[in-house]
Amino acid sequence: MNWTLLLQLVLNGLIVGALYGVVAMSFVLIYKASQVVNFAQGEFLLIGAWACWWLLTTWQLPFIWGFLLTLVFMTLFGIALERIVLRPLIGEPIVSVIMVTIGLSIVFQALMKWMFGVFAQPFPPIFTTQRINILGLEVQTVYLLSIAISAVILGVFAWFFRATRYGLAMRATAFDQQAAQSLGVPVRQVFAMSWAISAVVSAVAGVVVGVVNGVSSALSFYGIKVFPAVILGGLDSILGAVLGGLIVGVLENTAEFVDSQFLHWGNMYQVAPFYVLILILMIRPYGLFGTKDIERV
Amino acid sequence: MTAQTPSGDFRTSYRADTTIFPTAMSRNAAIAGIVLLALTPFVADRYILSLMIQIGILGIAALGLNILVGFTGQISIGHSAFFGFGAFASAYAVEHGVPVPLAIVFAGVVTTAVGMVFGLPAARLKRLYLAIATLAAQFILEDFFARAQWFTGGVAGRVTEPFSLFGWVADRDESYFYVVLAFVIIMYLMAANLMRTRDGRALVAVRDHYLSAEVMGINLTRYRTLSFGISSFYAGIAGALYAHYLLFVSVEAFTIVFSIQFLAMAIIGGLGSVMGSLMGTAFMVLLPEFVQWSVELLRGGVIDRALKLADSLSYLREMVIGAVIVLFLIFEPDGLAHRWKQIKAYWKLYPFSH
Repeated sequence: MNWTLLLQLVLNGLIVGALYGVVAMSFVLIYKASQVVNFAQGEFLLIGAWACWWLLTTWQLPFIWGFLLTLVFMTLFGIALERIVLRPLIGEPIVSVIMVTIGLSIVFQALMKWMFGVFAQPFPPIFTTQRINILGLEVQTVYLLSIAISAVILGVFAWFFRATRYGLAMRATAFDQQAAQSLGVPVRQVFAMSWAISAVVSAVAGVVVGVVNGVSSALSFYGIKVFPAVILGGLDSILGAVLGGLIVGVLENTAEFVDSQFLHWGNMYQVAPFYVLILILMIRPYGLFGTKDIERV
Repeated sequence: MTAQTPSGDFRTSYRADTTIFPTAMSRNAAIAGIVLLALTPFVADRYILSLMIQIGILGIAALGLNILVGFTGQISIGHSAFFGFGAFASAYAVEHGVPVPLAIVFAGVVTTAVGMVFGLPAARLKRLYLAIATLAAQFILEDFFARAQWFTGGVAGRVTEPFSLFGWVADRDESYFYVVLAFVIIMYLMAANLMRTRDGRALVAVRDHYLSAEVMGINLTRYRTLSFGISSFYAGIAGALYAHYLLFVSVEAFTIVFSIQFLAMAIIGGLGSVMGSLMGTAFMVLLPEFVQWSVELLRGGVIDRALKLADSLSYLREMVIGAVIVLFLIFEPDGLAHRWKQIKAYWKLYPFSH
């Protein structure tokens, strides 16, 4: 047994898992508010990261301004997407909605490749110290920052849903759309807002991953990794999404460890979460924290 | 979707209600169409033939998916994995001395079994959960293809033999066209017939309201799994035909993008329409060709230079496919089959359309 390697991998898993958790959270946000399954979540990361990269390299903006401008852009982007594409589909069968988001993901992915090319582009360095030592383990500064950002986002979410009027409106809409509408909640605004928030939060995750690994279309794979996370945590639970993300992150890294040490099958990193996914769907399809769907006729 | 039949067309028996061809005219038109198709290898060139063969092969798989999605109301984002499984199964059987026609049938049967294994969760899962389960199936099967060297030949892929029957070898596009045509006719007739049977009606009932269906005594588990089985059977047969057309099966070919294209074929053609599947497939196969043609047309011009069109042809194709899916769902959610019916009704009822 190689304990240092295992520990390092678990730590990596937690860090990546936190990012999965953030993306999963923004996925759940849309699902809760508007019952739309967003297969284009990974492309939100991609677009956010490319936008930020473009502002930093082509326009030579300082990081903080580029980052803020990216967030503004993503807000508008999320609202526009909801208004133009998703709203005409309210009331359509779920397979149509799924297909539309899949179509969107294809379009955005190809568009990004067309505009920025297929090669990974590094971000200009942001921190002076690239990596630091914690208890003998190497950790990149950006990853530490990403954990901090994830925690902050979580905190803001908790505050937003508990303490603000809009948060209350969103919770009401998620609970019962018709009742909320009849009580004067602006459901359309809530939909638009949920897409905007989701796009912004995903873009933050995208920028973090971009700073670490460089920006490339591989970023959109985070959108696929979201599914094991949200199913594990429960589709309509924000806390569950974060926890599911962490578990998936650790799981794929430990699977990688077991594979490299004992099994030598290869590719476990990519596939292990999906085996777990099937298993969960068989045993407990509503996940750890999700609401069990009880049907009455 | 309301039936677009002229007024005064009343069916008085169940037999009349379940015919494949409502009028003698439509039957004759179908036969004439098949005869015309059978003559194409004598007039069309290689390029058109290869496109038609592709439409035929993919159309069979798309029909399978349409039975699952359009008739039973399930979702599958893993169809290309089953398609690929069929391709490998047939190539594997041929490698072990099975004649090609039998290998194709064998591929269909084996893929049915695999589809039913992955379809078993479908009995419990609904809608979104099912979509995600089939997504997982896609990745697991893709991983299996890369891993199972004995079955798929690993990264190198697997070479296979051309179709042959009683000494007649279909190793050219002109001859393979007939093989595909025969399979298309058989598979489409089977699907059209399925919808006239008790089982077919049960599938539709499960789609329309599964609780009512269950109350009426339809075994949901059985029919959901059965639907997955049938859909995989079609995918398997089509995959096998694909393998013996290209004579080489590559591990990397059966990605999720391919699965999405199958879904797009079914949706653009029209969910729940047998002939729509073929229209949707034709649309999806011809669309990239059309994009390429338009880019060729613009080559060297101002737009080409400003947008780097020629260098990014593959992205353009992808983008157009995605955009077409989105636009169809927003503006024509019932698909091409519905539009075709409306056009027919327009001519039939002209000039008194009400």
